[in-house]
Amino acid sequence: MEDREIYAALTEIIRDVLMRDEIVLTPKMSAKDVEGWDSFKMIEIIMMVESQFSIKVGSRQLDRLETVGELVDLIRVGTAKHSQSV
Amino acid sequence: MSMVSPLYWLPKTENFRAKLKFFQDQKSDDHVAWSNASTLANQQLDFVQTNALSNAALHLLDENVPWGTTIRLAILSSSTTTHLHAGIRVAGLRRGLKFMIYECDYGQYLQELMDFSSGLHKFKPTVVLFGFDARHVTSDLNAGLDGAQCESVIDSIKSRIEFCWRQASELFGCQILQQSILPVLPTVLGQAEHRLAGSRAALIESLNSWMKHAAVVGDVDLVDVNRHLLHDGLSFWYDQSLWLRAKQEIKPTASPLYGDLVARVVAARLGRSSKCLVLDLDNTIWGGAVGDTGVDGICLGQGSAEGEAFVEFQEYVLDLARRGVILAVCSKNNENIALEAFASHPEMILKRSHIASFVANWDDKATNLRAIASNLNIGLDSLVFADDSPFERELVRRELPMVAVPEMPIEPALYAQCLADSGYFESVRITDEDRVRNVLYQENAQRQTLQKSFTDMASYLSSLEMKLIWKPFSAAGLSRVAQLINKTNQFNLCTRRYTEAQVMALMDDPGHIGLELRLTDRFGDNGIIGVVIGRFDNSCDMVLDSWLMSCRVLGRQVEAATLNLIVEQAECRGIKRLIGEYYPTAKNAMVRDLYKTLGFSEKSWDESGAKYALEISQFKALPTFIEVLEG
Repeated sequence: MEDREIYAALTEIIRDVLMRDEIVLTPKMSAKDVEGWDSFKMIEIIMMVESQFSIKVGSRQLDRLETVGELVDLIRVGTAKHSQSV
Repeated sequence: MSMVSPLYWLPKTENFRAKLKFFQDQKSDDHVAWSNASTLANQQLDFVQTNALSNAALHLLDENVPWGTTIRLAILSSSTTTHLHAGIRVAGLRRGLKFMIYECDYGQYLQELMDFSSGLHKFKPTVVLFGFDARHVTSDLNAGLDGAQCESVIDSIKSRIEFCWRQASELFGCQILQQSILPVLPTVLGQAEHRLAGSRAALIESLNSWMKHAAVVGDVDLVDVNRHLLHDGLSFWYDQSLWLRAKQEIKPTASPLYGDLVARVVAARLGRSSKCLVLDLDNTIWGGAVGDTGVDGICLGQGSAEGEAFVEFQEYVLDLARRGVILAVCSKNNENIALEAFASHPEMILKRSHIASFVANWDDKATNLRAIASNLNIGLDSLVFADDSPFERELVRRELPMVAVPEMPIEPALYAQCLADSGYFESVRITDEDRVRNVLYQENAQRQTLQKSFTDMASYLSSLEMKLIWKPFSAAGLSRVAQLINKTNQFNLCTRRYTEAQVMALMDDPGHIGLELRLTDRFGDNGIIGVVIGRFDNSCDMVLDSWLMSCRVLGRQVEAATLNLIVEQAECRGIKRLIGEYYPTAKNAMVRDLYKTLGFSEKSWDESGAKYALEISQFKALPTFIEVLEG
């Protein structure tokens, strides 16, 4: 999956969860840069990501997660495994 | 793009964001806004959409908005539950309920119950929901304890739970909900887990089954997540890593269903559950179109899985009727052919006599559903319409948004489960009247037939040999009286709702008199059909705090006979004057002029309601064909 597609889908998810249509994602952006993106919203975002990209984000990966760019990396790797196994 | 909602019986949502934006941008009055919010809520929303709708509708959930019924829900839980509020609120919007939610500080539920200055006491809940997570509730047990030690630990766990229920009930006199304990702990012994006295996994199972009995005794209503968990699987409800991260035992993705389970049991206590199942015929209770194939050609029973599926569905529907759901038929068919299928197909489980209102014609279904509701004297919002045709469902949803229209699965084998999962007929208890409701409606049909054979009303009424049998509120009648108080919407002067506990308190209160009224006639016993509560205001006045009557017995002079009884009872207590009040609601216009008609004089009348008075010395007993007896 191309990063461009991942960013587009992820933007939709994050806008929906945070209920803010103006959010534009950048690779360096992290939760603390965005008002309302607390640990509970993070959980909701991850659940939507897991469901829409059909991947599972592990506890350790989530603990280490800092930036939007890292989340996109996780999705890219996760979906690549997915397409290999198909 | 988004996740499939667990609320699969609701129609799928399209353009949710745009619709939500439209809802937010509208400067409509509360009534319109409320119905828009309710329309949005009646769709298959995922948890993110549920959060968004809850947020957008918060202004409607204010106590001062004159729409919907306010529910003050306190969640007393040992784990995190904030993420469940939106699901509960939106499920409330679906049912005309405004949920104001209070959540105790994390893990502080016992302290909040005990401390009279706590936020919980200030909040004054009308519903308390207890949710204990598996680890918390079993924390005193471990596999090293011997049998006797385990027994004492388990006893103290049970008494702690019962203490919580009792405490909440005594302090707030409110509905108590108890969520089942999720079976999230792994076994340590294996398949013989139940043999290990100190097993926490086994304790969860035994507590859950104990709770079903204890809840009946304690008058507690269960939010039985575990029953749904059997279908959906543990992983739908619970995620181990989420528990570790956020102490959320219920996953956010499950919150729309969790909220619906909570709201439906609250609505059931308020008498807001649906009352009547309206069935289409072709491809709903049998396969094929009887008009095309004839009675012999329909697919029902023997020989095919499809035929067996329809038989099973009919058996399920009949069981619903046996426990009090009224059945009706609304079908586009020639009436004679439809009736012939009921009369002569050997595999039909449902008989014509099970159907309280049978409409088969070529009118549109919205018109026919209106006719069915008025024929049965129940509101359109009491109907659930089951039809395999997406066209008919959509038409009814558009024309009659108050009618519940589940998305029937394409597979008929799943119809029954779909109705069960939808929870439209959720009931918290069953009364004797529920069991015989079917018979009551059949008797009513007979009365209507008799009525047709009489040209004048008077000779018809006198032929009925009616008896109105009254007594003061009794323990035996308690659950039916509370049910009537909470369910009756049309013939209800003040629409004051009381819980069973409040009704019980009235029995011993010298300042009040409560009368339960039963009507019998030559066709049978109609059961308790009327309730009157009088309040002695001073030595001379009695205020009619509540007067309500089941619409089953409308047009039979019961109201006149009831007034005769009230006057007689007031007079023998030295009362000189009756005060009657009328408070208008969306549904009780039929009794707007009742007091005037019965000879009361009007005292005052403003937008909140009207007051009437009747001087007992001036009253002459109203003529009726009903004999009034104490019994």
